[in-house]
Amino acid sequence: MAKVLVKGNEAIAQAAINAGCQCYFGYPITPQSEIGEYMGKHLPPMGRVFITAESELASINMLIGAGTTGTKAMTSSSSCGIALMQEAMSAMCCAEVPGVIISVMRGGPGLGNIAPAQGDYFQALKGGGNGDYKIIVLSPSTVQEAIDLTYRAFHLALKYRNPVMLLADGVLGQMMEPAEFGEYPYKDPDVTQWALDGANNRPPRNIVSLHMPEGEMEMLTNRIFEKYEQIAKNETTYEDYFLSDAKLAITAFGSVARVAKAAVKRARDNGMKVGLFRPVTLFPFPDKDLHETAKKVDMILDLELNKGQMLLDVRSAVFGACPVEFYGRPAGGLLTPDMIYKKITELYAKLDKADKTEAGVR
Amino acid sequence: MNGDMSVIISGFGGQGALFAGILLCHAAVVEGKHTTWFPSYGAEMRGGAVNCSVNISDGDVPSPIIDEADAVIALNDASQEKFEHKVKSGGFMIINSSLSHLKTKRTDINYIKIPLNELAQKLTQPAFVNVIALGAFLEKTKILKIESVKEVMKEMAKTVSAKKAALLPNNLESIDFGASIIRQQMVTA
Repeated sequence: MAKVLVKGNEAIAQAAINAGCQCYFGYPITPQSEIGEYMGKHLPPMGRVFITAESELASINMLIGAGTTGTKAMTSSSSCGIALMQEAMSAMCCAEVPGVIISVMRGGPGLGNIAPAQGDYFQALKGGGNGDYKIIVLSPSTVQEAIDLTYRAFHLALKYRNPVMLLADGVLGQMMEPAEFGEYPYKDPDVTQWALDGANNRPPRNIVSLHMPEGEMEMLTNRIFEKYEQIAKNETTYEDYFLSDAKLAITAFGSVARVAKAAVKRARDNGMKVGLFRPVTLFPFPDKDLHETAKKVDMILDLELNKGQMLLDVRSAVFGACPVEFYGRPAGGLLTPDMIYKKITELYAKLDKADKTEAGVR
Repeated sequence: MNGDMSVIISGFGGQGALFAGILLCHAAVVEGKHTTWFPSYGAEMRGGAVNCSVNISDGDVPSPIIDEADAVIALNDASQEKFEHKVKSGGFMIINSSLSHLKTKRTDINYIKIPLNELAQKLTQPAFVNVIALGAFLEKTKILKIESVKEVMKEMAKTVSAKKAALLPNNLESIDFGASIIRQQMVTA
């Protein structure tokens, strides 16, 4: 299939349709409203379900309903809207209900603004909902990847019976670039062994998130954490861009990573050994691979559109193997290639100086 | 480093700055190039300020965000004010001199002042200042063929309402006229 010019939000919506998404539930919010608009236009004529819910709370609880029947379903929102969904995500993890959640981040905290931001890394990765749980989080940095990862999100949700979030931001949601809609490449697992389908001639089933008997909740939590270990083993993905001989490695996710690429390219053109480590899966986080990278480089520069959130996971993965610097702008401030390049030059000069001092001592 | 050509198109809502960028990107795809389009979005409305950043490249376009553009198309005075400093040294700025009488501030870029609204009156009505400006931009840069944009317009006309599709000839006339402005140097001093 040929490449078409497509907007990030619409690419996600069309990819969901291609992935077999039967139901969409959502409440409009900038910068992701095009997802709902697109679904509203295309799902009903296909005989699929589109509901403009009365709130984000309603959307995600409808998603739970669809998920318990093993139906592929999706909701989408942004920052303050996602905040309202987090109790339900905890419940979905506990009850092992599959579902896809698209989060297109805007500026926060509070209602914030509608500019692109990455302030919801913690929100996606570290909770909001109660208890020990993890959702799978995928981070696209191009429109093409938004399509591919939307496919993957639907597959992983069913494969692991867990909510999966596609974490994008306003840049990716609003921008257009050429991309290709390939066929949905996955073979999804059979859901008939657990899905609620009316108990015709079989014993009734329960899908619940309340487990009162002594020890039952502990056992369940241990079991879902074994599942998370499997997810980490099987699904961890990252991109290595010019890392092999890098002295300075940048860590960045989503749209910032692609802006960083422009700066890395320019640094390389000017003889600086700089590379980019880009986590594609944020949970599972590529911590082992990042640690190996950290052992080889002299410094890591973490770039984010926030005050330093993935930074905690980066530091935890690096675990002292090299110094970690942070550069970011919160709440709608954008990083441009020039800004990143200047930061690279500044840090690289320090590394060069350290090299020379060391040589002098020898 | 933002690709072979970067341009910011800006105007007030309703002038079609965003649509001119979309036409440009579609034409880039027709020619097999990579391209990105990134709009200002959200609170914009008819009469408000809107702009989009467009990159066109033979290779990948890593950053959709532009530090300095090779060119800026300013369809009104507010856009000139806002983006004059964003033009790369040696680059150029197309100014709609019908709607902007501001003094220019820089000596290291070229200014192409075109009385777009006045000139548009000479064409079959309605004529489109955004498309005329796009024609001038393409004639000046030769980054893409005018024919590619026309191809895109013809394709689009097949998918839009009959009322919009009826404006295809006007669009084709506007883009050709835009190119002729540069060829015949119908610019103001």
